[in-house]
Amino acid sequence: MEVPILKQGHYLIASIQSALTDADLSQLREALIERVGRFRARGVIVDVTALDVMDSFAVRTLRDIAHMARLRGSETVIVGIQPEVAFAMVQLGLTLKGVSTALDLEEGLAFLDRQMQLRIERGSGRIERG
Amino acid sequence: MATKGKDALPPPSDPQAQTESTAALLRELVAHLRQNRTQLREEWARRITRAQLLTAMTEEEIFAEATSVYDNYVEALETGTFEALQAYARNLSERIIPRGVETHEVVGIVLLLRDVLARSLFGKYHEDFDKLNRILDAYEPAANRIANTVAVGFVQERERIIRQQQEAIRELSTPVLQVRERLLILPIIGVIDPQRARQLTEQLLRAIRTNRAKVVVIDITGVAAMDSNVANHLVQTVEASRLLGATVIVTGLSPEIAQTLVTIGVDLSEMATVGDLQGGIEEAERLLGYKVVPQEELAPRA
Repeated sequence: MEVPILKQGHYLIASIQSALTDADLSQLREALIERVGRFRARGVIVDVTALDVMDSFAVRTLRDIAHMARLRGSETVIVGIQPEVAFAMVQLGLTLKGVSTALDLEEGLAFLDRQMQLRIERGSGRIERG
Repeated sequence: MATKGKDALPPPSDPQAQTESTAALLRELVAHLRQNRTQLREEWARRITRAQLLTAMTEEEIFAEATSVYDNYVEALETGTFEALQAYARNLSERIIPRGVETHEVVGIVLLLRDVLARSLFGKYHEDFDKLNRILDAYEPAANRIANTVAVGFVQERERIIRQQQEAIRELSTPVLQVRERLLILPIIGVIDPQRARQLTEQLLRAIRTNRAKVVVIDITGVAAMDSNVANHLVQTVEASRLLGATVIVTGLSPEIAQTLVTIGVDLSEMATVGDLQGGIEEAERLLGYKVVPQEELAPRA
């Protein structure tokens, strides 16, 4: 099943609705990375609220998305990991190191807004100094 | 003991006749026990006191319980059903366990009763050795089953109480408290075993979700000792919370624990630690953008 990717302002939102095969996940990764460039997105949110299992391939793909998107100039945040899923992931050692996470979509948007703010402030600081 | 020598007897030739005669013998036995109720009961209570069993109870209480046990015992012998006795044993256990009665005491008094009754049978039938043998054949299996029933009933009740208390302690000992909007504290007191660590993590994760927490302060001032297992559980809890978008601050590591953790080389680089609970809450407030200001500073006098 293809994952719908929505554009919301500067952000892309991929909302996973059902369990995904490995092929679906790869397809999601490619689509997201391509669209980050096409829409000049500053942030990516992947909503995994609907997932009640997360295997190592899924976790690796999410991590890859975050790292690839960062190389393309966009911050990624994974939102909506269920408590049980989080517990299982940690037990399996799949901890999404270096990837931002947030409780839900709302939190994810707030997080990205804050990140943008930081960037802008840092940017203006540099200009002042110059 | 009375059970010895029984194995030496020839096996009964006709099981049907044997059952019938067993029933008849038990009836005779019960009649004898009813007849000598007062005397046997007193003898039993005396022996309980002499063996220094049930020291947690007064003599009157022992006598009262001895009477009920005796009657239930005889009834079980008579009817051959153990449900009533089982229920009584459970009820008795429920009453005496909180008073500190031990397993060996309960087993001891039931065995004493068995011995007292066996002695009285010896006394009654010592002239007719053959009859004594048959009476004991009928008595011993039933008596042993009774002893077994009471002991098992007691132990089961005890285990049930222990389980119940463990559950209660568990639930009491892991409160997740909200101190500010989106700020939770989780004070941990006592020993962390794998099962508790798991329960703790699950509770915390659920609380993070329901309270939409952004920062969690885990205070381990009340944890006396920590080994690599416990430390790993803690790291896992921190990681799992992060996956739900919450930052965890650990506070109250004692000097001993700090030394242990460094000595055994647990990697705690991912974990934010602050000295005490106050510091932890202040740090959490800073992360959440709160600033606590005294009233006077807010409204300076004109």
